[in-house]
Amino acid sequence: MADEDDDIILSELDDEELVQQMHDDLYDGLKEEIEEGVNILLERGWQPYDVLTKALVGGMKIVGDDFRDGILFVPEVLLAANAMKAGMFILKPLLAETGARTIGRMVIGTVKGDIHDIGKNLVGMMMEGAGFEVVDLGINNPVEDYLEALEREQADILGMSALLTTTMPYMKVVIDSLVEKGLRENYIVLVGGAPLNEEFGRAIGADAYCRDAAVAVETAKTLMARKHNQLAAG
Amino acid sequence: MSDALSRMLAERDWILADGATGTNLFNMGLSSGDAPEFWNETEQDKIRALYSGAVDAGSDLFLTNSFGSNASRLKLHNAAHRARELSRMAAEIGRDIADKAGRPVIVAGSQGPTGEIMAPMGSLTHEIAVEMFHEQAEGLKEGGADVLWVETISAPEEMKAAAEAAKLADMPLCATMSFDTAGRTMMGVTSEAWAKLAEKLTKVPLAYGANCGVGASDLLRTVLGFSSLGGDLPIIAKGNAGIPKYVDGHIHYDGTPDLMADYAVLARDSGATIIGGCCGTMPEHLEKMRAALETRPKGPRPSLEEIAERLGGFSSASDGTGADAAAAPERKRRRRRG
Repeated sequence: MADEDDDIILSELDDEELVQQMHDDLYDGLKEEIEEGVNILLERGWQPYDVLTKALVGGMKIVGDDFRDGILFVPEVLLAANAMKAGMFILKPLLAETGARTIGRMVIGTVKGDIHDIGKNLVGMMMEGAGFEVVDLGINNPVEDYLEALEREQADILGMSALLTTTMPYMKVVIDSLVEKGLRENYIVLVGGAPLNEEFGRAIGADAYCRDAAVAVETAKTLMARKHNQLAAG
Repeated sequence: MSDALSRMLAERDWILADGATGTNLFNMGLSSGDAPEFWNETEQDKIRALYSGAVDAGSDLFLTNSFGSNASRLKLHNAAHRARELSRMAAEIGRDIADKAGRPVIVAGSQGPTGEIMAPMGSLTHEIAVEMFHEQAEGLKEGGADVLWVETISAPEEMKAAAEAAKLADMPLCATMSFDTAGRTMMGVTSEAWAKLAEKLTKVPLAYGANCGVGASDLLRTVLGFSSLGGDLPIIAKGNAGIPKYVDGHIHYDGTPDLMADYAVLARDSGATIIGGCCGTMPEHLEKMRAALETRPKGPRPSLEEIAERLGGFSSASDGTGADAAAAPERKRRRRRG
């Protein structure tokens, strides 16, 4: 309750309570509390990977679900992502040491002629929040930049964003280039942006249209799992 | 009441605004990736055709081709320094077309968003945003715009900056936000919050409302949200001609001219005074809208069911008024930290 303003001492909470509290703090975008929580769990001997998945990714899942359901909006999600990022900043070097695997690597960018990046940034943050590695190409990307980055980064996923009806057809130009070069099957292609819809995604040959950042994360997880299964079966 | 739009608002029950800028220019050969504002210099005949298309179809007011002529957007094309100049050109061509129309036609100087997130979440400060909008506004004023038309805004902070710029430029203002996310703007602004903010802006607009967003139905639901509050400011409705579809390599909006004619009279019945289209709205839509507004009598305030039946369903269950927020599943809060 709002009127019950007892200070909570994070270090006095047991592990389960602390993780719950960190989910709440992520939801409220409290950066310093997240940093403190991450450090406490590490001091208690938690593996960096567990801190990432249980405390941070778990919390961002709630944020993502409420964003998808129209309960939270962009400003709140940006704050939460910012807090998440502060926690990741502590975990990243530790994760690298332990050689923990990531669940996939994504190259993302807004297409040529389009300078909108709010939606793309949100997707990038939420994907990182879900444990993906994200290489952000920024705005106004010609087809060559996408191809070069996919190759260089050994990416699994290509994410393209467009917010203008005048720029969304460019997504097809990029996908057609992948097909021409025989590279299309190497990547999962996700597209998004306000004027798009599922029908458009299908028409241009993307694997999926993602309505928002939360859907992008869920879709990426599902399609990555399918890709792994196919590789295992093959 | 010295400005042309105030005079027109005083005389008329409804004003027909224009339709799409981007969709029209795209059809004239603008390729994806190019800044439309360069055409104010290099393809003036096409910009004249864009404006004339609206005026000849019966629009009383049209927007200039300056949506993205602010320093932030033009920076992408290495033309940030040309913001004022390109804005001026957009308005100059508009002034000329309006003056030759043979009837009063308002030149509205379009100002779209900067495309950046405002501080503290993003990097764009209030001061810089004001400066960018002001620079664009001065160009539009020099070119002869009657009114500034700030549109497609989703953040209240950005709207405040644009209103401050209008005050600095000493220009009348119209302002619309885009409601595309569960009935709210991308930044979560409800129709009610925008209506209240509009009345408190440093520069109170002559009219306020909604543009773009999802489809015509959603837009009218937002307009009903505005008018239910009973404020004094005239309301603007500028909805898309349906939903974009991808057909043979082009974007096509599925709203027919007849559907937009229905939309126009429903917009008036919902409480809007300035009525136009946005993406996908072509001169043939505007002609039907004009004819419908002239020939069909004003009707009662439509219900949501009626709007859905005549224009198509809504994109979300939430109506974006915020009234249903209490009904949203309450998150179990553990404890708040003091």
